Amino acid sequence: MTEHAGSRWIQVFLIILVALLCVPLVVMYIWLLEAAFAKQTYGIVPSGFTLSNWRFLWEGFKNMPSIWRITFNTLVFAAIVTVAEVFFASLTGYALSRMKFPGRRIFLSFTLVLHAFPAVTLLIAIFYVLLVMGLYDTLLGVILVKAALELPLGVWIMKGFFDGISWDMEMSALVDGCSRFRAWWEVLIPNIRPGIAALSIFSFLSGWSEFLLPYIFTSSFENFTLSVMLRRLIGDFRFVDYGLLTAAGLYYMLPVLIFFIFTQEYLLNIYAGGTKGTQI
Amino acid sequence: MEVRLVHLSKYFGEVRAVNDLNLEIKSGEFVALLGPSGCGKTTTLLMIAGIYIPTEGEIWFGDRIVNDLLPKDRNIGMVFQSYALYPHMTVFENISFPLKLKKVPMAERRKRAQRVADMMQIGHLMDRKPAQLSGGQQQRVALARALVKEPDILLFDEPLSNLDAKLRLTMRGELKRLQKDLGITSIYVTHDQVEAMTMADRVAVLRDGRLQTFSTPDDLYNRPQTLFVAGFIGSPPMNFIDATLVQENGKVVVKAEGMRIELPDELGKRALARAKSDRVVYGIRPEHVHLDPEGDIEAEIYVVEPLGREDLLDCRLLGGSVMGVLAPAGQPVGPGDKVRLRFEAEHSQLFDPETEHTLLW
Ligand SMILES: Nc1ncnc2c1ncn2[C@@H]1O[C@H](COP(=O)(O)OP(=O)(O)OP(=O)(O)O)[C@@H](O)[C@H]1O
Ligand SMILES: [Mg+2]
Repeated sequence: MTEHAGSRWIQVFLIILVALLCVPLVVMYIWLLEAAFAKQTYGIVPSGFTLSNWRFLWEGFKNMPSIWRITFNTLVFAAIVTVAEVFFASLTGYALSRMKFPGRRIFLSFTLVLHAFPAVTLLIAIFYVLLVMGLYDTLLGVILVKAALELPLGVWIMKGFFDGISWDMEMSALVDGCSRFRAWWEVLIPNIRPGIAALSIFSFLSGWSEFLLPYIFTSSFENFTLSVMLRRLIGDFRFVDYGLLTAAGLYYMLPVLIFFIFTQEYLLNIYAGGTKGTQI
Repeated sequence: MEVRLVHLSKYFGEVRAVNDLNLEIKSGEFVALLGPSGCGKTTTLLMIAGIYIPTEGEIWFGDRIVNDLLPKDRNIGMVFQSYALYPHMTVFENISFPLKLKKVPMAERRKRAQRVADMMQIGHLMDRKPAQLSGGQQQRVALARALVKEPDILLFDEPLSNLDAKLRLTMRGELKRLQKDLGITSIYVTHDQVEAMTMADRVAVLRDGRLQTFSTPDDLYNRPQTLFVAGFIGSPPMNFIDATLVQENGKVVVKAEGMRIELPDELGKRALARAKSDRVVYGIRPEHVHLDPEGDIEAEIYVVEPLGREDLLDCRLLGGSVMGVLAPAGQPVGPGDKVRLRFEAEHSQLFDPETEHTLLW
C-alpha cells in the first residue's frame, strides 16, 4: 500500500473516507455500550450511570429461568454441537479425501447442495422428525439438528485439510506399523490441527449465536438459550426496556468478544499462514 | 528374506501400471528397479509394501504369500522420495515411532533409536523437528526410521533424488555400504541408471509396466538383452543403425550404407544362427568408436559437444546415419571436417528389428 497508493494526500483522503464509512458501525457499538449502563439516552448522548439494567444477573427475569441456567444451556448447546461437528467432519472428511468407494462423487456434490439448502425450508419436516423421535422440545434434539445442518460445510473444510496432507506421509505411517485408524489419529489429525481449531471456533460461535432452531423446536423454560431469551425480552414486554435489552445483549456478546481476543492471533495465523501451522 | 513376485499385475482402470511382472530376489540382495517415468516402479514397490492390493498375481516373502497381509504386519522399512517425516514429531519421535507401535518399552526405544541415529550421524539432532533439518539430514532421519525396527526388507523409492549432486554421491556409497553390512534384502526404485548400476547387485529394467531384463549391471551394460535396454542404459546412449547381415569369404559382415564391419568369428556365428532374416539393428557404444586416420569408415563431423574429460562428436556417415563418438577432449576437429572412424567390432551389438531382442547373448 505504501509504495503504490500514490501521493500522501490520496492516502489521507482514503483513510478519511474509510473512517466515515465506519462511523455508523462505531456509533452502534458505542450506543450499545452506553445504553447498557445509562439511566436514559438522548440520541447517542447518555445521561446518568446505573447498574440497574444488569439486575437480571442477580434477580433473573420475569417469567424465565435464571440467567445462569440459560447461559449453561447455551454453553452446552454450542459445545456439544462443536464436538459432534468436529468429530464427524474429521472422520467423514478423511473418508472423502482418502478412500475410494462407490458414490463418493455424488456424496461430495450432495454435501455442497445440502450446505446451500436454506434450513428454513426444512423446518416443518424437521419438526415432524423430532416429534416422532420424541426429541421435540429437548436440547438434545436441537443440538442434533444444528450439528446436522452444520456438518456439510465442516466436512468440506476437513476434506480440504486432509487433501493437503501428502499420501506419502500416510503410507509411511502404515509401513511403520499403524493401522488405518491409528495413522488417522497419530499422524493425520495432529497435522490438521489448524483445521480442527478453525472448525471448532466457527462451529462454537455459530452454535452460540443460533436462534432459529432453539426458538422453534423448544418451548419449555428449561431449554431456553440466550438468543431465545433476548427475543423474549423484545416480545413479551408491553414496551421494550431498552436498557435491559442492551445489557442482556452485551452479556450475550461478552463470551464471543473474549473468545475472539484470545483466539484472534491463532485465527489470523490459520488464514495468513496456510495449513502448515508453523509459528515463526 | 527372499522376495518373489509371480505374475504380478496392477491395473488402475484402463491403465496397466504393472503388467505380469515376475521377479525373484534373493535374500540379502540389493535389487534396483530401473525405468523411465511412469513405467510402474512405484506401483510395484507399493504392492510389495502392502499399500496397493495387486490386481493379479502373488507376492511371496520367503515361503509365505503376503498378498493379504496388511503393511503393518509385513515388517518392512521404507524410505520415500519426499522422506515423509512426521512434522509434528521430533527426530527422536520420528525414528522411534515404529518401535512405539510395536509396544517396545521406552527405555529400549531410546537405546535403539539412539544407536541407529548415531549410525546415521544424526544422533545430536534428536530433539529437533523435521522442519529444522537440512534435506540431507531429513534423508538420514527417514533412513533411520526405516532401519530402527530391523526390517526383513527395505524399500526405497528414489530416496536420493532430492539431494544435491555431491551429497547424492556420498549417500549412494553410504547406502550401499550400509545395506551390505546389515544384509537386509533391499529393493531400490530409481530412474537414474548410474544409481542403479553402481549400487545394485542386480537391476530390473521396467518399461510400460513390463519387465525388460533382470540381470547384473555388467550384463546390462555389456550384454543387453533388448534394444530398449541397450538404448536406455549408458550415457551418451548407444548408436543404432539399420543394417544387413551377410556372409563374405567365410566372414560374417554387417553392412549399411557407408559402413562395413567384420564381426569376430564367435559373435558372427551366433548372430547368423539366430537371425531370422538378414535385416538387423546394429548397435555400438560411443566409447567403442574411435577417430583413426587408418580407419575404414568415412564420416563428417556434425557437432562437437565438450563433456569435460571427453568430447562427444556427432559424426555423419556417408549413408546419412549419425553416430556419436567419444574422444579425448581437445580434438583438433570441428563441424564439417572429414574424418575416418574405427569401430571396435568385438563390442558390437545386434538386435532383431522385429522382436527387438538381442541376437548375441
Ligand atoms: N493411484 C493411481 N491411479 C491411477 N493411475 C495411477 C495411479 N498410480 C499410478 N498410476 C499410473 O500408473 C502408471 C505407473 O505409475 P508409477 O507411479 O508406478 O510410475 P513410476 O515408475 O514410479 O514413475 P516415476 O518415475 O515418475 O515415479 C502411470 O501411468 C501412472 O499414471
Ligand atoms: Mg515413482
